[in-house]
Amino acid sequence: MTTTESTDVLVIGSGFGGAIAAYHLAAGGAQVKVFERGPWLKADDFEHDFKLGASYTRVFDFVIGDGMSVLGGNCVGGGSVVYFATMPRAPRFVFERHGSIGRRMWPAAISRDTLEPWYDRVAEALPVTQQTWDRVPYAGGLFAAACHHAGRTANPAPSAIDVDMCTNCNWMMAGCRFDAKRSLLLNYLPAALAHGAEIRPLHEVQHLVRNADGSYRVHYRVVDEEDYRILHGEGTIDAKIVVLAAGAGATPVILQRSEPHLGRMPHAVGRYFSGNGERLNTAVFDEDRVREVLKLSRPDGRAYEAYQIGRGPTVASWDRLDGALPEFERYSLEQLYFPPALGTILAQVPDASPSWFGREKKEMLRRWQSWLTIFTMSEDDNEGVFGPPPETGNAHRFSQQMLGHGPLRYRPTENTRRGWSLADADVKDILERDGLSRVMPWTNDLVGAYTVHPLASCRIGDDPATSALDDRHELRGHPGIFVTDGSAVPGALTVNPASTIAALAERAMPGIVRAARDRGVAVTYGAPSPDGETAGRRAVAHLRS
Amino acid sequence: MESDEAAEHRVRTMVLEAFADTIIPGEKRGPDDAAIAGVDVGGGAVAGGAIELLEDPAGGLAPALDTICVELDEYAREHAAATGLDLDPDLPPFVGLPFEARTALVEKLTSPDHPDKQMWVGLALFCNMAFDSAPHMHTVDALASGHPGLLAMGYESPEPDGLWRFPTFSYGRQLADPHPSTTATGSPA
Ligand SMILES: Cc1cc2nc3c(=O)[nH]c(=O)nc-3n(C[C@H](O)[C@H](O)[C@H](O)COP(=O)(O)OP(=O)(O)OC[C@H]3O[C@@H](n4cnc5c(N)ncnc54)[C@H](O)[C@@H]3O)c2cc1C
Repeated sequence: MTTTESTDVLVIGSGFGGAIAAYHLAAGGAQVKVFERGPWLKADDFEHDFKLGASYTRVFDFVIGDGMSVLGGNCVGGGSVVYFATMPRAPRFVFERHGSIGRRMWPAAISRDTLEPWYDRVAEALPVTQQTWDRVPYAGGLFAAACHHAGRTANPAPSAIDVDMCTNCNWMMAGCRFDAKRSLLLNYLPAALAHGAEIRPLHEVQHLVRNADGSYRVHYRVVDEEDYRILHGEGTIDAKIVVLAAGAGATPVILQRSEPHLGRMPHAVGRYFSGNGERLNTAVFDEDRVREVLKLSRPDGRAYEAYQIGRGPTVASWDRLDGALPEFERYSLEQLYFPPALGTILAQVPDASPSWFGREKKEMLRRWQSWLTIFTMSEDDNEGVFGPPPETGNAHRFSQQMLGHGPLRYRPTENTRRGWSLADADVKDILERDGLSRVMPWTNDLVGAYTVHPLASCRIGDDPATSALDDRHELRGHPGIFVTDGSAVPGALTVNPASTIAALAERAMPGIVRAARDRGVAVTYGAPSPDGETAGRRAVAHLRS
Repeated sequence: MESDEAAEHRVRTMVLEAFADTIIPGEKRGPDDAAIAGVDVGGGAVAGGAIELLEDPAGGLAPALDTICVELDEYAREHAAATGLDLDPDLPPFVGLPFEARTALVEKLTSPDHPDKQMWVGLALFCNMAFDSAPHMHTVDALASGHPGLLAMGYESPEPDGLWRFPTFSYGRQLADPHPSTTATGSPA
């Protein structure tokens, strides 16, 4: 007979939502445990290697659904370990979106203005810095020059990369070997540990049960270190407060599996999923035209041929982030790098048939260094719905690591498609001018749409019919369960989401601390930034109550 | 004498090679090479290591390969019958198809409405990966041994310690005007 441990707070998942909660609650005096299904790796473990079983497949998760594939992190630090660290704040109009529900999707209490001090806290903690043109890698420069040539603007996007330490190796999806990327392994998580929080890797939470005293019993399985298809022992832990932050692809699945034990879930659990309106286009540039039309050349004389060099996305074009445009027609365009394998199979050869494999695709691969990938983030229609949960986790794991099949179903609506086709046309207009390149969107025929920005599957809102959480991130009808990850975001953001996910998590903390106190936990709110800085704390001091 | 098992495995390998060669085609290894159609110069997915990758237990497809090949041959027979192609009786049916017919069949199997699409897309994905990232090998070794895919793509080599660094990486100048309503934090307004 196994005994059940107990803790004040159990945090499920160690990405943005989990790490921020773990830090503030531990720093405030609560006993905190963090359960993370993935392994715990650090800089030295992050390899430059595509081999199956290297850090790249250990820390990465790719769940193929019906019409939508979701890419994410699977390790201590969650998505922050694999992400590109581009950290813009969401434009003002995003918070006013109605989507298809006929009312404002966001809680009345939240707007860009009210979120700004919480964004500041995140920027101070990671930190996030503005980037300068003199350090923009070639691919970003090429996109900027093409935008300029087409009469558009382009910005170096704010980033959580320490550019002085960055080697522009573009291996950041395998974890940053040089600690240049300011992942959560370098700020919130070590600070949480310093305050006594405990992190348990390879602990996959399966479901929750309510105890008679109103606390929760959390059931987990231990994941094999090498072959994630194998689950070892199971266990339980009791917690007065549960912070669910397993990511938008996993949080609703845990709740769905818990429904027989916890009772009815709010309607919006596992619905309204958004892929952040993502879409990719790959252009193949004509090196001579790059030189002649854009007047670009590298010190060694080549015009571009530098797809491999850099640090993911660095330059974005925000001309279509205009609140005056109709909803579903606003989007940002961002230059991006995707490594081979995940980043080549879906790329299509313009006007070829077949377009994604065969002779012409091989020819396109031969010009890989002249590729430029453009990432669209648009307003989708929250059309993703999760089907019945798999037996364990959030996917049926298919490979030893990384690949699985999940229950998410996504059928893009006319609204979503309209945004994509406007963006595709825009990308074509910018990149094909004067014969600079040929460009095609990635195909959706193979794995459906895809996203690295899953959102909204358990969202905040004021309307109980269309939101699973109240504006304090508490699960409706289930006091003491809070959700602080990307699933809480109401809808697509038109820009990279981590900044907003993190700001919302920061904003939710005073309320979660209060709820913990109400449940008898001795905890206070008011920790400084993880490295001890206090400007952010001062700025939100009056917002606590 | 070749054992039955060895013969079956040889046939299975030929069928998988023919599929891989349809995804990323390459040149024949010799005059008797039936699996590789030989429609392109240089190595393709097969030379890239598609079979090693498919058979790698870490990938997840290995247990399905026998069934996959039986089905692929079945579809090939149907396709040949439907399009009036004569198949060489000495070859597995999929291998017997000319390159264009292999291509047409793969398009059909991976089309959005095919019931087993996920499996065929998975197979194609692994063949593509063998060529463009060689995940059955350490990347450093793949480059050192002249892996045909990474070489064709112009994938740059690492520094002597096996890590990639690009000290020269920027055009070093402003190449566009920032959006006029960018905020003080560098974000969109
Ligand atoms: C390749 C890539 C690049 C990206 N680049 C950017 C970028 O430049 N800018 C940006 O803003 N965003 C980027 N993102 C997205 C960003 O990483 C996510 O939005 C962010 O990490 C989401 O935070 P989260 O807290 O919702 O969840 P996550 O960070 O995904 O954390 C969830 C954690 O929960 C764990 N987990 C899941 N299920 C369980 C379970 N049952 N039990 C225990 N633990 C569990 C997961 O392993 C994971 O570690 C990128 C994502 C990817 C994949």
